[in-house]
Amino acid sequence: MDWGSLQKVLGGVNKHSTSIGKIWLTVLFIFRVMILVVAAEKVWGDEQNDFVCNTLQPGCKNVCYDHFFPISHIRLWALQLIFVSTPALLVVMHIAHRRHEKKRELRHSEKVDVEELNKQKFHIQGPLWWTYSCSIFFRIVFEAVFMYVFYVMYDGYQMPRLLKCSAWPCPNTVDCFVSRPTEKTMFTIFMLSVSGICMLLNVAELCYLMIKFCMRVPKKPAILK
Amino acid sequence: MSWGFLRDLLSGVNEYSTGIGRIWLAIVFTFRLLVYVVAAEHVWKDEQKEFECNIRQPGCENVCFDHFFPVSQIRLWALQLIMVSTPSLLVVLHVAYRESREKRHKQKLYKNPGSMDGGLLCTYLISLIFKTGFEIGFLILFYKLYGGFSVPRLVKCDMRPCPNTVDCYISKPTEKKVFLYFVAVTSCLCILLNVSELICSGQIKEM
Repeated sequence: MDWGSLQKVLGGVNKHSTSIGKIWLTVLFIFRVMILVVAAEKVWGDEQNDFVCNTLQPGCKNVCYDHFFPISHIRLWALQLIFVSTPALLVVMHIAHRRHEKKRELRHSEKVDVEELNKQKFHIQGPLWWTYSCSIFFRIVFEAVFMYVFYVMYDGYQMPRLLKCSAWPCPNTVDCFVSRPTEKTMFTIFMLSVSGICMLLNVAELCYLMIKFCMRVPKKPAILK
Repeated sequence: MSWGFLRDLLSGVNEYSTGIGRIWLAIVFTFRLLVYVVAAEHVWKDEQKEFECNIRQPGCENVCFDHFFPVSQIRLWALQLIMVSTPSLLVVLHVAYRESREKRHKQKLYKNPGSMDGGLLCTYLISLIFKTGFEIGFLILFYKLYGGFSVPRLVKCDMRPCPNTVDCYISKPTEKKVFLYFVAVTSCLCILLNVSELICSGQIKEM
């Protein structure tokens, strides 16, 4: 059970997504999940081990590390990626429900071609439009919330080289040094920029869906005539 | 979810590539991705742990390491591999778009959705330009950040809180140098392949 299982689930959504949705999925997997797994995790790999404080007092380093890093950046990013991917599951569930309904309908009338039914693409209209739009809305909200949490927790996006800590049991104000602060700042800015790009893609997709909806509505009176 | 994901993505690109494009893919897989995963990653594995300074002042090693390696060479290499492989996806996306158009209009719009003509050739050329741009960009970045591709055995550091100018020793400098030269040579080779592919494809377009 790892990021690969998320990829399998979201791969199913890809077929029914808009073009912008497909681009969003590609950006998510290549520039966020992959970068997290192959690069960022290694940068943060030795974060507590190489967090050094200028004191021999036992426990001081632990307490200071915990004070300055309540939740590691890597864990926050992993949570962000999971939360941001989860709304797409609403769409997966809705499509599965429609397939199930269709199978039940066809079972009464004629022979069911299960494979063809599974390959069938559902267009984003009607109730599926609402599910899809809600999923995008939630994605945007989760992205914004996590970016705000990052900003509040770490007081900006820069990783300092030196932190001054006076938490108990440190005997006085002690200098603590973070490992690889420049590399961490670079990755934080990178992940932040890609989050921003993903948010923009989601907003664009939402606007596109709204325009599609508005363009479809005026056609109805013509059909009634 | 790791390099295997990128490998699977790029395998899909192989189908729509030219002959030179396939050679490029083979070089990226064998001489860059594989070498990275089975060898290079291990060389840089304990880079900070084995970075030693001739001082007992806490924090001095951390600060000196951060000063001399703002971004680790291995991370730059990983980013280079990802950025250089991604433009090929433009071609895959374009072919998928062509296929979906044919399905939507329910008629044959193209001789073959994967054939290198018209818009797809333009997309292919644009992806080549991006690939070459990223390769050159990363080579320049490597050069600017590390003053070349060689790795010194000893660096002198006088950042605070080091009390004076301190000798710091980098781990496995020769092995790292060998791999960095390898990165430089394979990048240059890939740039040459991309440029020759651009020239050949440009000539096909003129014909």
